[in-house]
Amino acid sequence: MAKKAFSKADYLYWFELMLLMRRFEERAGQLYGTKIRGFCHLYIGQEAVVAGMMSAMGPNDKVITAYRDHGHALGMGISPGAVMAELYGKITGCTKGKGGSMHLFDKEKRFLGGHGIVGAQIPLGAGIAFAEKYQGTDNVCLCFMGDGAVRQGALHETFNIAMTWKLPVVFIIENNMYAMGTSVARTSNVTDLHRLGQAYDMPNQAVDGMKVESVHQAIADACNRARTEQIPTLLEIKTYRYKGHSMSDPAKYRTREEVEEYRRIDPIEQVRATILDKGYANQATLDDIETKVLAQVDESVQFAEDSPYPPDSELYTDVYMQADYPYLQD
Amino acid sequence: MSERVIAYRDAIKEAMDEEMARDERVYLMGEEVAEYNGAYKASKGLLDKYGPKRVIDTPIAELGFAGVAVGSAMNGLRPIVEFMTWNFALLAIDQVVNAAAKMLSMSGGQVGCPIVFRGPSGSAGQLAAQHSQTFENWYANVPGLKVISPSNPYDAKALLKAAIRDDDPVVFMESEQMYGDKGEVPEGEILLPIGKAHMARQGKDVTIVSFNKMMKVAHAAADELAKEHIDAEVIDLRTIRPLDYPTIVESVKKTNRLVVVDESWPYGSIASEIAFQVQKHGFDYLDAPVKRVNGADVPMPYAANLIEAYLPNPARVVQAAKAALYRL
Ligand SMILES: Cc1ncc(C[n+]2csc(CCOP(=O)(O)OP(=O)(O)O)c2C)c(N)n1
Ligand SMILES: [Mg+2]
Repeated sequence: MAKKAFSKADYLYWFELMLLMRRFEERAGQLYGTKIRGFCHLYIGQEAVVAGMMSAMGPNDKVITAYRDHGHALGMGISPGAVMAELYGKITGCTKGKGGSMHLFDKEKRFLGGHGIVGAQIPLGAGIAFAEKYQGTDNVCLCFMGDGAVRQGALHETFNIAMTWKLPVVFIIENNMYAMGTSVARTSNVTDLHRLGQAYDMPNQAVDGMKVESVHQAIADACNRARTEQIPTLLEIKTYRYKGHSMSDPAKYRTREEVEEYRRIDPIEQVRATILDKGYANQATLDDIETKVLAQVDESVQFAEDSPYPPDSELYTDVYMQADYPYLQD
Repeated sequence: MSERVIAYRDAIKEAMDEEMARDERVYLMGEEVAEYNGAYKASKGLLDKYGPKRVIDTPIAELGFAGVAVGSAMNGLRPIVEFMTWNFALLAIDQVVNAAAKMLSMSGGQVGCPIVFRGPSGSAGQLAAQHSQTFENWYANVPGLKVISPSNPYDAKALLKAAIRDDDPVVFMESEQMYGDKGEVPEGEILLPIGKAHMARQGKDVTIVSFNKMMKVAHAAADELAKEHIDAEVIDLRTIRPLDYPTIVESVKKTNRLVVVDESWPYGSIASEIAFQVQKHGFDYLDAPVKRVNGADVPMPYAANLIEAYLPNPARVVQAAKAALYRL
């Protein structure tokens, strides 16, 4: 597809969304250990991937990802309050305090989770696409995974099926260079992850994930291919996580210089620079956006604080659709 | 003589270290076991000591690397496979159950599988549904496997060494929440027999049976009961398969009452199996139905209060013991 010329509105949308993800997660990080517990995997540094997806995808397309899911949830329009309340384990959270950080969901907002078993969402994403095709829609499923997840056998089984059955799915690797403490190079001879599509003749491409424009273009093209030709695509979006794998990881497997190198090409700062450069807005307007975002984050925390925990009776709900299921009680 | 005190994770590491030093065929593989020193630091220093030939980082590919390990066990090696947690071993369960467990039988006794699959099992804080499951009963169902689930550093070391030396495939369950626990472990060689339970506390009024981190709940409940002049006997199973039911039955002959504390879901749990064995072998000695305290019959939720409502705790065990004593 022809390269899209991006507008002022695109840039301001990206800026605000990325800033929301960033500030929301900075706050979540501060609240971790006192208000938020369990595993908490921050997305900081990777925001351009979700921002580019949001502007590129269709209005009825669906999304599934792994446990590093706060950005995807916020991008898909789950309110910051519902996400923060979920991190708190409150009943007002987007899964009623049942799923927590790793299992954010909102079916209505077309976000189908939040999955904790590495790679397990790859076949699920193809299955969501299968159902769209089966039901005769032209919707696409965007299925995200990490660089570590691509070493699971399920990826190969799914790629073969998706190509053979012509499923409208876009597989998106967020290659942040590490799976916990393991670099991409230590897991395989094949470090150009997009080439994993080649064995199945799946169209594939590497994408600069620090540049939201590149992400948008690649995802728009892939969605178009899935929508109009039912051909899956594999995108390898090269990005970086600034923080440790989860809150307990000191990240000693990489250098401070490496982190600095990526901070210098921070995706939000790149968008800010373009906005100022092109005169789409002045600094005062960007400051106003920042103030607005911070207020949203504050409100989300207040909402989470003010919300009640689920009543204990919630333990025996949502396990079966059958309302009177006879659980074993002793 | 002053006893040496070490952490559970170090007990695991020492067992692997000593057995690797003793037998060249023993090696360790798993996610993050080498350069990262283990996700929970249970293999700290082993890469430095034994090198990358014997301490091997794997890709995230549980089915693949577990199968490779089983294949190597079919052909002369004695692998230790670390699963980062047992939740992720579900991806590998085909190789554990269909290959390792059945190999000797299928091959008419020709090809054995001396392999240890180990890692933490069970809940560990607010980790929600996909990271909190216990699996002792799943693997204990499988003929061909042995299942061990130790509750403290001494047992962990002595039983892991026994497991590595065992010629059959062994499934070995640890706990994220016990890796930091400290306990007395003397210097030098220690071994415990697989298949033997441990009488952890003598008593005459009620028998409480448990294993793994639920032993803490069992002990706390026994302490509480003692305050009310109820004298509980506490048995630590140590091994789940083969199950040492004679030790339990002997205890029930004395106390006439039994409570089983088991983190797993109630349906088809270890508690169910024990209840069957005890009614079969000790029917005439039971003065009350066998009681069990299990995890709730639902996937583990995230919210802290729901987890509290889900897990066995000392109060629930005390309640069950008193019910067995008709003293509610
Ligand atoms: C099947 C499975 N194995 C292991 C784990 C433990 N684990 C959680 S995240 C992770 C690393 C995944 O890295 P990657 O796919 O690159 O995603 P990232 O964390 O970088 O977003 C591992 C090994 C798991 N959750 N599931
Ligand atoms: Mg990664």
